[in-house]
Amino acid sequence: MIAIPLAVEVDHLVRRFGDFVAVDDVSFTVNQGEVFGFLGPNGSGKSTTIRILCGLLAPSGGHAVVAGLDVWRQAEGIRAQMGYMPQFFSLYGDLTGAENIEFYAAMYSVPPAEIRRRLDFLAERLELGSVLNRLTRTLSTGWRQRLALATAIAHQPPLVFLDEPTSGVDPVTRRLFWDVIADLAHDGATVFVTTHVMDEAEHCTHLAMMHYGKLIAQGPPEQMRRDLVSSLVQVQSERIWDALQALQGAPQIHEVALFGEALHAEVAAEVADPEERVRQVLASAHVPVASVQRVAPTMEDVFVSLARRYERPTTAGRDA
Amino acid sequence: MSDAALDVRGLRKEFGPLVACADLSLELAAGQILGLVGPDGAGKTTVFRMLCGILEPTAGSALVAGHEVRRDPEGVKRVIGYLPQQFSLHRDLTIDENIRYIADLYCVPPGQWEARRDELLDITYLTPFRRRLAGRLSGGMRQKLALVCSLIHRPQVLFLDEPTTGVDPVSRRDFWKILYDLPRQGVTIIISTPYMDEAVRCNQLAFMFEGRLLAYDTPVGLRGRMTGKVLAVRCLALREARLVLQRQPHVRSVEVFGDRLHVALQPGVGVTEVRAALHEAGVDCQHLEEIEPSLEDVFMALTASATDGLRE
Repeated sequence: MIAIPLAVEVDHLVRRFGDFVAVDDVSFTVNQGEVFGFLGPNGSGKSTTIRILCGLLAPSGGHAVVAGLDVWRQAEGIRAQMGYMPQFFSLYGDLTGAENIEFYAAMYSVPPAEIRRRLDFLAERLELGSVLNRLTRTLSTGWRQRLALATAIAHQPPLVFLDEPTSGVDPVTRRLFWDVIADLAHDGATVFVTTHVMDEAEHCTHLAMMHYGKLIAQGPPEQMRRDLVSSLVQVQSERIWDALQALQGAPQIHEVALFGEALHAEVAAEVADPEERVRQVLASAHVPVASVQRVAPTMEDVFVSLARRYERPTTAGRDA
Repeated sequence: MSDAALDVRGLRKEFGPLVACADLSLELAAGQILGLVGPDGAGKTTVFRMLCGILEPTAGSALVAGHEVRRDPEGVKRVIGYLPQQFSLHRDLTIDENIRYIADLYCVPPGQWEARRDELLDITYLTPFRRRLAGRLSGGMRQKLALVCSLIHRPQVLFLDEPTTGVDPVSRRDFWKILYDLPRQGVTIIISTPYMDEAVRCNQLAFMFEGRLLAYDTPVGLRGRMTGKVLAVRCLALREARLVLQRQPHVRSVEVFGDRLHVALQPGVGVTEVRAALHEAGVDCQHLEEIEPSLEDVFMALTASATDGLRE
């Protein structure tokens, strides 16, 4: 591979569709070797940004540079530097697993001898085993996703785009995926990944969150957690449903979410003793509690908190 | 007994030589939320189909809200609601029309479902959109409409197949808020999912693997069954540390996070052994600490010991 200082640079990027602003003045950079998690609710502008970065869609304003190349004027050059795993089935159903990998590698001009070597490597690394010889249309989602990842990285691209790679994938396969992603990054590739699974966002070295076309937060996962201004309090109670009802809509309590037998309440930053505040609310509603304690927010807590804070004032209904 | 939403005894399904479900037994009280958790091929779909009365078991029995799945599959279908992963709504009908259509299919007499419709539209915040065509709704709204349709005949047990796969965290939370309202109305919920962030919201979990029930308990109870510690390891030479640890016999698995590793250990070892192994390999590590295992850690540990059991 040609050694190019690989980074993504997005500068005041805008994309309009008629009156609708899908990407609204977005700027960020991605360092080489980073696992960059691109998060956001459906319709927040993630896919539009990715399509621009892949050179598939022209920006309406601003610009983006990938691998030192302008994404729109030098789009052809970028594609050779890039591997892309789309969200939906991208394999040829009437080819076997091995044939799909060979086909993609050949399309990217990998020399025949090298293709053999890459196929062996990927078969071992992604534990492809017998599926190499099976028609991909007969495979389950988990195996298809493994093969799709193999085809995306067959030509050892310095930049890899993975669009919800683990959607519909079981825990065992998911762990393998993140192991492979870590390897790619260690070898110097830049991995750009989208996911709705917040446990997985933790695997990234850097996160960026989109909402209504704007970039509303970015940083390493640890920093995103620290920057969450409000406090998270976990409540356990035999009458957890009553606890939820009591806390929902109570002053200075922003967001309440149930997790089976416990709930997480987000308490406003200005409250000096958030645990005490939660206890007060529950006591005045006569809800007995087993425990009330401050906890570190999960990435889901962080994500939902940010999204709610930037909710459009006009969306009164919950048109999710 | 008659209060149980599910009473499953020795339920078994064979497809030729393949045992898709091996002697499953469990009981579930009404008003609970049960998560059927496991990877592809664990047998979740087979169990779902049998419990919904659409696949005949090879052996065993299952009572769903008092109806036996083999003797009375039609009775089962009347008392359950089902929300498939790919729900099919009529895109050229409005929200109201879709609901009426489903109510007719379930033979709910006119006058007996309208109040339920209004109530369901209310809790799903869909009331302002009743005259909108289903084809013009957002993904999250379509999913909520499908839920309303699956509840219109007042089922006692609601089956959901991976309800929030591919759904963003905000919509997922809103969807779960609606689900949590149902047990109070006496509805029992059964969810199949490969995702732990879905599983953690259920109050009973059945972990399945290769057709077998590995464990059936509350989330708290399952965490208590974790054998072996989980450590967080932070260091600059993250990759070297990972390679070293993956080779250690007392390490069950190593997972890479942005700036750290999560290392699941075999029972009986801890920080000392891991520190020694890293030191011996010349990897300098700043921080090692024991952390709370996640439900996924528990699942992986149970799966690993089940697999070892099979090999022995």
